[in-house]
Amino acid sequence: MSTATQTRDEQRDAGTDGGSETMTYREALRLALREELTRDSKVFLMGEEIGVFQGSYKVTAGLLDEFGPDRVRDTPISEEGFVGAAVGAAMMGERPVVEIMTINFLVVAMDQVINHAAKVRAMFGGKVGVPMVIRTPNGGGNQLTAQHSQSLEGWFAHVPGMKVVAPATPADAKALLKAAIRDDDPVLVVENLPIYKQRGEVPLDPEFVGDLGRAAVAREGSDITIVAHSFATVRALHVAEKLAAEHDVEAEVVDLRSLRPLDMETVAASVAKTNRAICVEEGWSTYGVTAELAARIQHACFDDLDAPVERVGSAEVPMPYAKNLEHEALPNEDRVERAVLHALDLDR
Amino acid sequence: MSSTQLAGPRLDTDVLRDLYAQMVLIREFETETERQYKLARIGGYCHLSSGQEAATVGVTHAMRDGDALITGYRCHGFALAHGTSAEAVMAELFGRVDGCARGRGGSMHLLDVDRNYLGGWGIVAGQLPIATGVALAYVRQGRSDAVVCELGDGATNMGAWHESLNLAALWHLPLVFVVLNNVYGMGTSVERASAEPDLHKRAAAFRMHGERVDGNDVEAVAEAAGRLLERAREERSPSVLEITTYRFRGHSVADPGTAYRTKDEVSERRAHDPLVSTRALLRERGVDEAELERVQEDAREAVKRAVEFAESSPQPGLDELALGAYAPGSGEQFERMRPGSPFDEVRMTFDQGLGR
Repeated sequence: MSTATQTRDEQRDAGTDGGSETMTYREALRLALREELTRDSKVFLMGEEIGVFQGSYKVTAGLLDEFGPDRVRDTPISEEGFVGAAVGAAMMGERPVVEIMTINFLVVAMDQVINHAAKVRAMFGGKVGVPMVIRTPNGGGNQLTAQHSQSLEGWFAHVPGMKVVAPATPADAKALLKAAIRDDDPVLVVENLPIYKQRGEVPLDPEFVGDLGRAAVAREGSDITIVAHSFATVRALHVAEKLAAEHDVEAEVVDLRSLRPLDMETVAASVAKTNRAICVEEGWSTYGVTAELAARIQHACFDDLDAPVERVGSAEVPMPYAKNLEHEALPNEDRVERAVLHALDLDR
Repeated sequence: MSSTQLAGPRLDTDVLRDLYAQMVLIREFETETERQYKLARIGGYCHLSSGQEAATVGVTHAMRDGDALITGYRCHGFALAHGTSAEAVMAELFGRVDGCARGRGGSMHLLDVDRNYLGGWGIVAGQLPIATGVALAYVRQGRSDAVVCELGDGATNMGAWHESLNLAALWHLPLVFVVLNNVYGMGTSVERASAEPDLHKRAAAFRMHGERVDGNDVEAVAEAAGRLLERAREERSPSVLEITTYRFRGHSVADPGTAYRTKDEVSERRAHDPLVSTRALLRERGVDEAELERVQEDAREAVKRAVEFAESSPQPGLDELALGAYAPGSGEQFERMRPGSPFDEVRMTFDQGLGR
């Protein structure tokens, strides 16, 4: 669909055979589900409250009426049970798409994801695969506190056998969810609570399908590279505009889109141009996505770097409830901006 | 137990003799496996099933082509009884390329996709949700086959047990949960681990049928398993079959099996050896001693050939280190991940089978 050097606008132009429409991220996800349910009878949805309740975050609204209870299967609160059932069904050639209400609850099903889904193909010598998708939102910012605000996607991207994508725009949400459903391996699609309501242009072509392992240059710039994914990309783009307006700094924003496979070529090409990098994530940086990025950037771009790779993540505490504490803990735009200025030696 | 106490409908003598031959093969295989393990030709965890042969063979006998089998990790007997050759199983234990899992699984992860044996699984109760999903796929695909999910007594205390039974009952799945109750989960007895030690009764919590059968009586096991599988296929009605049995050896080859049970207990259980009672039954039904000796001799020969086969099978090539980690075609998705990779990672994965 895209090449690493394309901007978002170019990608959008390249994929508009059927025209496009402005819609929210959640509507783009729903469109992807509807298209894939229509295209392939092996695709079916499972999850808590996805049918009669119309979806905890309304991503699946209307799909039960359209496709019936066999294709849109409400489950009891049994994440380990129905994630494992999805693994078993996928082993038999079905293409289950599981919704987990938030990524925090996926921890309950960790055994099935890590010890089973990720292992099957290798253990079966390639004879049996697990073409399943787990969709789930990460993220904080709604005073949901310690047990409901986490961004744990790095845990899953750590594990061979898993693929992990984290779209930050409505168009990417559609393209990557469709790519995940059509992929023959287990794919975790990390959605995001604050982004669900964001609007954007989305191609209507049912064959508008993304590529796993392709980052995008979300904003071009020459002074510093900000590497981000999911909601951190949205923050980074805001910060980049502010830096241009107030500090005459042109930041390039690389939206990873895919964490495993990880498109280091795009990251390295950008850092070779800007000579500086900061990595931003909503999760904790320690042993996190940004830790992986920093290690790879310092190795791939050793001769290009004019400053140490900077990292910004959530404060390394369980998320507190009080609004001011939560704001402080998240990688908010002030913190990202300060980190950029620091990396550019402009904070004195 | 004397042979005359064996209950349940009778099997044809020829069939019973075949099942006895499978039981003897399993016993001989396990005995040789322990010997090979002590010679350090088999590694990893290794759980033997000596003593559980009638329970194992009775279940697989009741299965039909198209039914799926999923088990826990004490799975040598199940693989053999379900038709995987002793050669392929022994080669797997040796970590060789002709093993039934290409040397990727070892003792706990035997499998045979062509025979619908979807694996021995190593996390206690982890196979239960997966079996539930296989049964769900069967229903979605309009198949009239059923799924056998074997587990040990220890697995009935896991959350996955409760979630899977609930889903199976709620969704009317063609699934039989076969609990091989061999009295101990490692060294913890059922009495010390389960507030309801009559494990089959736990099915009632899900309005599911549950029953218990004597695992030393191969005919009774075959009858019960056949009946419950039929019920699963015909009525899409899941059930629990608890089979009481006993393992003669320790939890694994590393466990002498003496810390948590007395020598007297083991001797008493060995007096009810299902091989001995089944052999006596065959004698009663007119099978002569020479033929039974031949069964024994054939099993020894088969195991000897299996060891020779395993010895001569090559180790898997290093060029397949990353084989099957991802689906064919995935290599291209990972191409752009090369810059900044950990030392030697590109060689080990990209050049050794990633996405092949």
